[in-house]
Amino acid sequence: MTEKKTSLSRRNFLRNAGVTAGTLVATSTLPSFNAVLFAAVKRNTKGPWYGIAIDIEKCIGCGTCAKTCKIENNVPQEPFFFRSWVEQYTIRKDGSLKVESPNGGIDGFTQSVPADQIEKTFFVPKMCNHCAKSPCVQVCPVGATYETEEGIVLVDEKYCIGCKYCIQACPYGCRYFHPDKHVADKCTLCFHRIKKGLNPACMDNCPTKARISGDLNDPESAISKFIRTKNVYVLKPHLNTGSKLYYNALNQEVR
Amino acid sequence: MASEVNTSFLKDRRLDRIATDILRPVGVDRGFYIWMASLGTLLLVCLYAYFIQLDKGLIVTGLRDYVSWGMYISNFVFFVATSLVGMLISSVLGMMGYKWIKPIGRIAEIIAVAFSAVAGLVIVSDMGRPERLPYVFMYGRIQSPILWDVTVVTTYMTLSILLYILTMIPDMAISRGRIGHAPTWLQKTYEFLSFNFKHTPEQYKILLKAVRILLILIVPTAFAIHTVTSWLFAVTTRPGWDSTIFGPYFLSGAFVAGSAAVIILMFFVRNNYKLNRYITLEHFDKMGKLLFLVSIVYFYFNLNEYLVPAYKMKTFEARHLTELFVGEFAFMFWSVQLLGLIIPMILLLFKPMRKPMPMLLIAIVVLIASWFKRLLIVVPTMESPFLPKQHVPDAWMVYHPTIVETAITIGTITLAVMIISVLMKLFPVIPIWEVAEEESAHPDQQPVE
Repeated sequence: MTEKKTSLSRRNFLRNAGVTAGTLVATSTLPSFNAVLFAAVKRNTKGPWYGIAIDIEKCIGCGTCAKTCKIENNVPQEPFFFRSWVEQYTIRKDGSLKVESPNGGIDGFTQSVPADQIEKTFFVPKMCNHCAKSPCVQVCPVGATYETEEGIVLVDEKYCIGCKYCIQACPYGCRYFHPDKHVADKCTLCFHRIKKGLNPACMDNCPTKARISGDLNDPESAISKFIRTKNVYVLKPHLNTGSKLYYNALNQEVR
Repeated sequence: MASEVNTSFLKDRRLDRIATDILRPVGVDRGFYIWMASLGTLLLVCLYAYFIQLDKGLIVTGLRDYVSWGMYISNFVFFVATSLVGMLISSVLGMMGYKWIKPIGRIAEIIAVAFSAVAGLVIVSDMGRPERLPYVFMYGRIQSPILWDVTVVTTYMTLSILLYILTMIPDMAISRGRIGHAPTWLQKTYEFLSFNFKHTPEQYKILLKAVRILLILIVPTAFAIHTVTSWLFAVTTRPGWDSTIFGPYFLSGAFVAGSAAVIILMFFVRNNYKLNRYITLEHFDKMGKLLFLVSIVYFYFNLNEYLVPAYKMKTFEARHLTELFVGEFAFMFWSVQLLGLIIPMILLLFKPMRKPMPMLLIAIVVLIASWFKRLLIVVPTMESPFLPKQHVPDAWMVYHPTIVETAITIGTITLAVMIISVLMKLFPVIPIWEVAEEESAHPDQQPVE
């Protein structure tokens, strides 16, 4: 006996339900392709859009910024965890390069290259570039790291699964794996202070005012003027990370 | 695979002999207990190592912020790679109509099941917060290559398990009344897994259709899992990983590792189970040729992967390549390239080298080399970062896997061996019905044992 399949048979129902569910799932993925292609948060034009500027000519390598950061943000002391640190670059007369950063520069620097061999030496303070097209945000599998609408890259330690993908995706080495929390950790541009209208701790404590941060959307802000008037450069521009950390007088040897 | 099964093989008297031969080793004996108990003890020790890692965190490993991916991720790539051979043999060669793969198809499937299942666990060992694994499914971001990887690895594992179980249904039915020597619980398992199969032509038709769909689905899935695994690296900007041919490069390497694994198991089945009538010299000869074929493809991709950047010697690529060619990793690099690829390729050209014993030795060396090859892909790139290596503690500069880390890695390999042992010992390792059908169709062919 052949049974006539009515339009409401279980088989048809399951098939239709499957097709509908499949289409819904497929469609729901479409918007995210935007982020696959551009990996960028649209620049916020209404509120502030934070950037950082560092004047290498003003940096004296005192390491106060690195020290302040550890205290303010409770960054693990030992053996080598930094949200903010200073590197000493020394170019010898033969053209070779030496980079040093003993304890991130917190205890200051001593020059290990004999004075008669030195062609040029300078300090490069480093921290998160708070990129507009962050490679680290792009690869996070759970969205634990994200860009705020102010253009600040943060990690939500409650969601991070500790896969460490972001740590090796960051071309600037700005992330570290927190030894106690077992999650990725990084500079927040002192988000807790910014929200209260204060400057990041490292900026406020810099004795020579070598580092500033502020709103790139405001043409009258100190940082906007800095970028307009100086010869600014970002690190690894060829990687198209949309870095918002602008250096004045950056030597081409810096990487 | 043919679209129809000639069920006349069921009446052929050869079936009895084939079924008896293949089912003879099935069951549990003292040797099996001792083997599993030793593996189980080893696994427990390794689990203790994982407990230490859970307790103290990844700081007990050699992983630091410069080398944040090390042995675990290389091990993961190795597992994913080796599991691909199930697709190569069952799907690609099977659907192209090669009959000789029939007796070894299930061996390839066992490898696919075991290695893809353990691959998922290996990646968990690399996580700082493994208890948050469900977040990948709850809050997964489709932009992240890790999500692609998780999706396709689980899909491939599911398809491989399904294929393994489906193709075994007729065997389970044939085994009825033939496995009196096995324990009762195993007989009950067989009865359950036969799903009341009655060998009707209609049932075979449905079975073949289902298997065919699986075989077809497995091809893109298997391509996807290893391509996506290679993209985990290739989507980043690091020298050594920033390559456009990583997908095919990884795939071809996967076939080398997988073919070697199949050869090792074939040797074991032939000698320990005395099944040399079914896994013949011809099978070793053919697998030797297959290993040569996949090796030469892999060699071609290696040439592309290393020579083209070496011609340009861009600043950071140059640093990476120098480390590999003449630097810290030179010994491992050249050992792997020579022992794991070039020398086996040359040896396999000669027919005496494609006999079981030489093939076993070649396959073991190739498989070990392919594990180290994965380490060479992951670690040197992380060790020569395009950042200045600053004034860090020595242990942070160079990657030294710790004992805990090594133990966990050994544990994952042990687990895979245990799964393979169970599947090979408790279930027919050669598809009885396919071999019987083949012999019944060509009664005049005598195997070259």
